[in-house]
Amino acid sequence: MLFTENILVALAGLKANIMRSLLTMLGIIIGIASVIAIMTVGNSITLIVNTTMQDLGANNLEMGVVQRSIDEEQTDTGTSYGAGYVREMTDDDLISPEMVEAFRKEYPDDLKYIIMQEQIGTYADQGKVTEGNKNANVKIMGYNSDYFQFKDIKLIDGRKFLNRDFRDAKKVCLVTDKLVERIYDGDNDAAIGQEIEVNLNGSYYKYHIVGVYEYVQDQFSFGVSDNPVTELVIPYETARNENHKQNKGYEYFTLVTSVNTDNDTFATTVRDYFNVNFYSQNDAYEIAVISMASMMDSMNTMINMIQLALSVIAGISLVVGGIGVMNIMLVSITERTKEIGTRKALGATNGSIRLQFITESVVICLIGGIIGIVCGCGLGMLAVKLMGYDAVISVSSIVIAVGFSMAIGIFFGYYPANKAAKLNPIDALRYE
Amino acid sequence: MENSNIMLDLRDIHKSFFIGTPNEFEVLHGVNFSVNKGEFVSIVGQSGSGKSTLMNIIGALDRPTAGEYTLDGIDIEKAKDHELSILRNKKIGFVFQTYNLIARTNALKNVELPMMYAGMGRSERTERAKMLLEQVGMTDRMMHNPDELSGGQKQRVAIARAMANDPAIILADEPTGALDSATGRLIMDIFHRLHEEQGKTIVLITHSPELSLETERIITLKDGSIIGQSEGTWNKNAKEVG
Ligand SMILES: Nc1ncnc2c1ncn2[C@@H]1O[C@H](COP(=O)(O)OP(=O)(O)OP(=O)(O)O)[C@@H](O)[C@H]1O
Ligand SMILES: [Mg+2]
Repeated sequence: MLFTENILVALAGLKANIMRSLLTMLGIIIGIASVIAIMTVGNSITLIVNTTMQDLGANNLEMGVVQRSIDEEQTDTGTSYGAGYVREMTDDDLISPEMVEAFRKEYPDDLKYIIMQEQIGTYADQGKVTEGNKNANVKIMGYNSDYFQFKDIKLIDGRKFLNRDFRDAKKVCLVTDKLVERIYDGDNDAAIGQEIEVNLNGSYYKYHIVGVYEYVQDQFSFGVSDNPVTELVIPYETARNENHKQNKGYEYFTLVTSVNTDNDTFATTVRDYFNVNFYSQNDAYEIAVISMASMMDSMNTMINMIQLALSVIAGISLVVGGIGVMNIMLVSITERTKEIGTRKALGATNGSIRLQFITESVVICLIGGIIGIVCGCGLGMLAVKLMGYDAVISVSSIVIAVGFSMAIGIFFGYYPANKAAKLNPIDALRYE
Repeated sequence: MENSNIMLDLRDIHKSFFIGTPNEFEVLHGVNFSVNKGEFVSIVGQSGSGKSTLMNIIGALDRPTAGEYTLDGIDIEKAKDHELSILRNKKIGFVFQTYNLIARTNALKNVELPMMYAGMGRSERTERAKMLLEQVGMTDRMMHNPDELSGGQKQRVAIARAMANDPAIILADEPTGALDSATGRLIMDIFHRLHEEQGKTIVLITHSPELSLETERIITLKDGSIIGQSEGTWNKNAKEVG
């Protein structure tokens, strides 16, 4: 009862000094808004990264040839090359097809697939298919047969690759329905059997279309484009030929393990297998294996750290805002000394005066907090939208923000309120 | 027997103010007097004679430096601060020269305030506040804030507020000091009514000899001491009317 009365008094006071109240709240608004915005952006990015990695296969192991680490260099008693010995990677350092075969035979139970991919050109390269005045953007990706068993590509028309396509490095390809829509007016039958020509970095690549598969929008793409870059899929061996790697080994590939395999243990097993059997004599290179799960973990830790660091900085503005509230409360109490004296004459106890002013400071902080939450959500959502993703607003951060602004109100309101409560009634009444 | 009829009793009350080392400035030099229940007393004296200081002690807003003060049987000296708060809330109704209404709070809410501090329920106190405002003729302005009221209107609201918890005693420090004589008359009539009809004990400080004469007893203060007490004319008037 006294409580609602106090809130009404506080609101009336704020209304009487709207400009002053707003300026006072500004610190709280900015602080809460930045924290909420940072949380929104951080949480959204975490979610996006995690779903993307999940899509790539959270249970996968990535393995590849890396520089020998300095530590192992020193324990190497055979040949001393000195710490940090570096040289260019040669074909002899790569993982040969024979090694892969031996490896496959060694772990038939744990190993489900070995996925290999080869892109024509570099990662950022984009090819163009032109047909009269129609065109479509593509990147040419070669995948091995394991890839097609692991990932389900939704074939709409035509056929998938056959064993001989891989074995003989046939110049065949699968295209997306999106490409068919742009080049062949959506007529799959017209597309299949056609030879398609891709201009990439000034070179022309030609493939026979054998199938059409469904285009799925990339999670990293910005908004919806009507001319997205779609994958023109060719057999792995074909891609290797185009890149003149036909007789070379592999630098890195992905392992898909079976469900019952403990990936962390298996990663060590695989690393040791390769390093003991094939790389013990290598002076500068060795094999490293990392699991996607641990990569995801370290990624999440990193995002959380950044988020925390930014939040701490934003939190400082909250403290500054709190001091602003304390300052204005002290001013308000001085201005209202006579009122405090009158209230005491009418029978207000120290406790009720204290409660009145703490309520007032909490009301200021809470209103500031709510405005901050609204601004922060808006800002965060806008930022995430601009990056091209859907924003995730975390309810917990809103609840924490509300609680936090109330806590600031109580913390920074207590001292002024207590000062008011302790005023001697007669001194307060006589105050001019 | 005699005790039960006494509302307040002051014995050898001294009050000094500390105005920087080593000075102590004594304002009241041993004041003795008592007021009976239902009595209407006025305190007069020159400016600076210590009237307000005495009133603050009577109203339990301040404690005497030395002496004994009993209010309605309660020894003020022994009471703790929060007990004094409750005492002011329940037993005393203050009327100030400067009205002291709470800003940005309408007349009704101002009158409700002491009842709120007393813990009275919302609907009950609103009803009582309306009744009190009606008694001082302020019904039509009860939703107005203090800055929308005239001095006389503010003082009427202040009297209604003083009556909120049906106090044992009303203390008024120059309630008509800031008002013209006609408005002052109106305020004075309200005090008379409270005294006559509700039997309230009233202590009134005034600079006006005419107004003080209207009370039952006049206490004259000079330089912090009582120099005389005389009867007013109120009794005679009442008898004439009766
Ligand atoms: N808090 C204080 N500190 C120092 N001196 C004070 C204090 N309060 C009152 N005095 C002094 O006490 C004396 C009596 O003051 P008081 O207010 O009681 O006079 P008063 O009789 O009410 O005068 P007036 O008729 O002008 O209101 C004055 O000289 C005043 O300066
Ligand atoms: Mg005075």
